[in-house]
Amino acid sequence: MTTIDLKKNTIRELNEKLQGSSPGKKFIVNNTVGKHALSVGLTKEIDVEINGHVGYYCAGMNQEASIKINGNAGPGLAENMMSGEVRVTGNASQYAGATAHGGLLIIEGDASSRCGISMKGMNIVVGGNIGHMSAFMAQSGNLVVCGDAGDAMGDSIYETKIFVRGKVKSLGTDCVEKEMKKEHKDELGKLLEMAKMNYSVDEFRRYGSARKLYNFDIDQVDDY
Amino acid sequence: MSKDNPTLIESATFPRHVIAEIQRAAKTGIYDIRGFGAKREIPTFDDLVFLGASTSRYPLEGYREKCTTEVILGNRFAKKPIHLKTPITIAGMSFGSLSAQAKESLGRGATLAGTSTTTGDGGMTSEERGHSKTLVYQYLPSRYGMNPDDLRRADAIEIVLGQGAKPGGGGMLLGQKISPRVAQMRNLPEGIDQRSACRHPDWTGPDDLEIKIQELREITNWEKPIYVKVGATRVFYDVTLAVKAGADVVVVDGMQGGTAATQDVFIEHVGIPTLPAVRMAVEALHEMDMHRKVQLIVSGGIRSGADVAKALALGADAVAIGTAALIALGDQSPEFDEDYKAIGSAAGFWDDYQQGNDPAGITTQDPDLAKRLDPKLGGRRLANYLNVLTLELQTLARACGKSHVHNLEPEDMVALTMEAAAMAGVPLAGTEWIPGKNGV
Repeated sequence: MTTIDLKKNTIRELNEKLQGSSPGKKFIVNNTVGKHALSVGLTKEIDVEINGHVGYYCAGMNQEASIKINGNAGPGLAENMMSGEVRVTGNASQYAGATAHGGLLIIEGDASSRCGISMKGMNIVVGGNIGHMSAFMAQSGNLVVCGDAGDAMGDSIYETKIFVRGKVKSLGTDCVEKEMKKEHKDELGKLLEMAKMNYSVDEFRRYGSARKLYNFDIDQVDDY
Repeated sequence: MSKDNPTLIESATFPRHVIAEIQRAAKTGIYDIRGFGAKREIPTFDDLVFLGASTSRYPLEGYREKCTTEVILGNRFAKKPIHLKTPITIAGMSFGSLSAQAKESLGRGATLAGTSTTTGDGGMTSEERGHSKTLVYQYLPSRYGMNPDDLRRADAIEIVLGQGAKPGGGGMLLGQKISPRVAQMRNLPEGIDQRSACRHPDWTGPDDLEIKIQELREITNWEKPIYVKVGATRVFYDVTLAVKAGADVVVVDGMQGGTAATQDVFIEHVGIPTLPAVRMAVEALHEMDMHRKVQLIVSGGIRSGADVAKALALGADAVAIGTAALIALGDQSPEFDEDYKAIGSAAGFWDDYQQGNDPAGITTQDPDLAKRLDPKLGGRRLANYLNVLTLELQTLARACGKSHVHNLEPEDMVALTMEAAAMAGVPLAGTEWIPGKNGV
């Protein structure tokens, strides 16, 4: 176990140490005080526990590493993540999981607007609510919301599946409620279990793309 | 007036191409989408001429006295700046809009000529990485194919905020070009119309951009030069903000810059020409005392060594070419004239890159058409063209007595029109008058 104190070490020193670590190592990071770009670009299977709030782009482009943030996260948490797991015990600001290709992002609190924007294969589980325009242009992967969803959820969505336990304020263009089949319940159940969220899959509704905007149609022009 | 019937007078307000567009719009109900760049007449580098050396200055001997062209890009913060033999680079163009063979050709040609090439929307292909000695990786709003491994494999990173053909607009790749490989790289279903976002998904504004640049540097060990590319609009402010955000290199793309596909109304009516854009960008760099410390790459309608020399004389460090590079590969070639006619166009006029049926096999994903371009031959043609541009650039620099092309300066040029004089900030030929300068 290695402890890195950001009162003494720079962000560069932190990332250099984490990026250069061999697999299987454990790290504790203290005194983050909302600093940006912490624990980014990791490529190895290591465990990082961050104590305190973090700024923009924490865990950005993560590959393989398991990162836990005991606090709140700023904008762009785990953006473009490829694999591994990122968990934040508090809330996450805008664009959590933006454009991410893989891995699991767990937000135990609420996520702000545009959660999962343009996501490309990642799984996101949010314990609380999500803000407006979440899953905008989301391409693939799953977004699970244990609370409520804000306005225009899933606007211009492609193939991402959204599961919401609470209320949805409004659906975005081309996003519709879809039948919850057994295969979807199985997939959702696995995600809830991995995220350690203790809810029944029967409490959730599924949303996805109506696929009406996939090819331009002049008669759909009022939808934009 | 018709040449066959002098009593027929064509309207200046409604010439035939305007009438045809109204008829097309009425028939289809959709705006015209096309590739290529702006076709309207605007002030260009053609409106400037050099003042060759004479009594007051002496020239350098062609083929004997050295006029060097090397350029270093990205030495502000990056540990590994880029060294190029020539200041003429290849602009970002995507795999998807271009065939894999075309991307390979660009890599081969750029490498032969000692310059860099650039990826585009959709990510990096193995063909272009393998054949490009120096490859710039574009970081685009859509993040299609965005992969940290590719980021680390690149030689520089270009954050794209906009492009000259459509500042403020995103991209479009229509369904006919979404082949299985393109779909897989972009993580989208085959055959759908794919939209590339017009703004980045995880930041808004220049303060956030500064943090994004920090993240990218942290991920790549502060090794890679970071470029910021903007479409030419409010150039002075955009360049200032990019430099303040921490860019190593700023790329300014004028309205003549090409595109794979966008609305004609966007191409022709948004953005400013390259000519004033260079001057405004250089003014911004001087204002911050960052000229030559942050490098400036200019693109948009660069066709000849004269264009390159004039951009450099106005203060650019390098230029980028896109449309001209495709023409060098074989785009618009008379060799395919019959094929162009069969799809309702002609060599020299074809601009429907979005359709995917390019007779030259460049802007297509059709395997049979793509085979028409031999990457080795394409690469050779591009290298030849780049070498000609460099020779022309040296010729003009030597005529002005410069031993390095960066020694060209605005004082080496005059303008042939008042518009060009005002835009470029050089005197109208035969006068000392720069319209707009000192309030005159």
